[in-house]
Amino acid sequence: MILDNLHSLKFFFPELTLTAGILLVILCDITLKGLRNRLNPLLTLFTLVLAAYYTFQLNHAASASLFHGMLAIDGFAQFFKLFLLLASVLVVLASLHSAELAPFHQGEFFALLLAVTLGMVLLANSTNLAMLYLSLELVSLTSYIMVGYLKTDRLSNEASLKYILFGAISTGSMLYGLSLIYGLTGSLNLYTIRDALLSQGGVEGVNQFTILLILVLTMAGFGFKTAAVPFHFWCPDVYAGAPTPVTAFLSVAPKAAGFAVLVRFFFSGMSQTSGSQWAIIGGINWPLVLIAISVLTMTLGNVAALTQNNLKRMLAYSSIAHAGYIMMGAVVLTGEGVKSILIYLFVYLFMNLGAFLVVTIIYDSDKTFEIDDYNGMFKRSPFVAVAMAIFMLSLIGIPPFSGFMGKLYVFGSVIDKGLYWFAAIGALNAAVAAFYYMRVLKAMLIEEGNGSTAPLQVSFLNQALLVALLIPNVLLIVFWNPIDRWTAASVQLFGGG
Amino acid sequence: MIALQHYLLLSAALFSLGIFGVLTRKNAVNVLMGIELILNSANINLIAFSRYSSHGLDGQMFAVFVIVVAAAEVAVALAIVLTMYGLLKTVSLDQADTLRR
Repeated sequence: MILDNLHSLKFFFPELTLTAGILLVILCDITLKGLRNRLNPLLTLFTLVLAAYYTFQLNHAASASLFHGMLAIDGFAQFFKLFLLLASVLVVLASLHSAELAPFHQGEFFALLLAVTLGMVLLANSTNLAMLYLSLELVSLTSYIMVGYLKTDRLSNEASLKYILFGAISTGSMLYGLSLIYGLTGSLNLYTIRDALLSQGGVEGVNQFTILLILVLTMAGFGFKTAAVPFHFWCPDVYAGAPTPVTAFLSVAPKAAGFAVLVRFFFSGMSQTSGSQWAIIGGINWPLVLIAISVLTMTLGNVAALTQNNLKRMLAYSSIAHAGYIMMGAVVLTGEGVKSILIYLFVYLFMNLGAFLVVTIIYDSDKTFEIDDYNGMFKRSPFVAVAMAIFMLSLIGIPPFSGFMGKLYVFGSVIDKGLYWFAAIGALNAAVAAFYYMRVLKAMLIEEGNGSTAPLQVSFLNQALLVALLIPNVLLIVFWNPIDRWTAASVQLFGGG
Repeated sequence: MIALQHYLLLSAALFSLGIFGVLTRKNAVNVLMGIELILNSANINLIAFSRYSSHGLDGQMFAVFVIVVAAAEVAVALAIVLTMYGLLKTVSLDQADTLRR
């Protein structure tokens, strides 16, 4: 069902709310000089919660195509909207007491955060190449500015310079690929593109060389957003240089939006569906290519993380490795695989944001990211040390923490397909990863402190936020059924028509 | 008579030059010029496909948006380069390697 513009508006409330929120925050920032520092975060949170409320309202709406095929509304889109809004709420809360951001005026920061959120929400829903490119650039441009937010800091500036150069080249190459798709099929709409490709001879029959070129070029854009090898070079430097709350945000939300658009682009635009199994158009052995990307991504991320002494850099490499695990779910090209991607992203949100929140808290009091300086943290703040331990164990994937469920589902989906050796490589990688996560645990819990023994100052807000992030990590596994059902329902991709 | 192939060759050449420029230049502003070439090569593709096929104006519409996005991208990039100049008194990318150490 393709809706026209006026009928589409009532399904577009979450995005409209975000847009109004951006304008309100900017307006409030200019006009209310006395109140703005208190009002801006509240306004931002209110906007995000209201957008989430409107998204909930649409939960039972039938799948449809909005604005003449520009956006889709379906279970998949609903999942990512809620996921991205939740991530933004958590990051707003985590950035409130950040000592890194405090010296700088924060009105623009919240406006930018809302703008990125709007871009990501649109990105996860777009079914038109122009819409896809525009929302990708909205996410990218605003995140370049957020990375360089510490104007007087050399590292932050360098990080944003690297980010924008890598980003502009990747999205530029992707745009060239998109223009070739337009030439090949004469349309920008994903469903029309799929039908045109199928009518040109189906999975095997289209011009192989052009398809290969198109897919390599577009993968540059998606690979950049998800930080997959070989488009990951920006990732460690940008994550290390950016303000920590921004790093936390980048490592979760745009990565998730990147996977969302990857799945939508390949599965509803470039695939032939038969039952729940997809076959990507073009005579290339796609599962093998995706397996290669996935294995390289996780191995490189894990091996490089082993030698890092800066915790922020280590977490950057670990987030590359996690992109590799998530990619495992895409390899099998089934609904079950997509479901495992959703589950992995959902549990990854809580454990990774939690780990970065601890990094933020410790940097605020000690001004250090070095793992060696974390020694003896247990004596200084048992709560923070134990919280970090749980986040690390969850990132390793040790039961009963929720990270285990993510690994269980992605490994399960490849084992279902009989790819035992692939699952074995994944398990081997998880074992390597355990080594560097354990190093943080050892520093915080076992090592003697070297220097300061003063208790760690943790604001009430940060304590509450840590508890809020710990609860899903510990208890999700007990209440697993609703999540299983929710993600299974979210695999519904709008099929066009 | 200029055919579609001529435009495609032109855009492929521009794309290659853009990638070449991006990979070889040390000056941040020159790298940005390379990026502009990449974006404009895609624009030529879009407009040529739109002109030589009977599929309506989608491609030209897309190209207009790309021009706007390219302008926004350069504005952000130049602001970042300007901040870099303020901090380091240079726009050479060789100097921007503190994070690697």
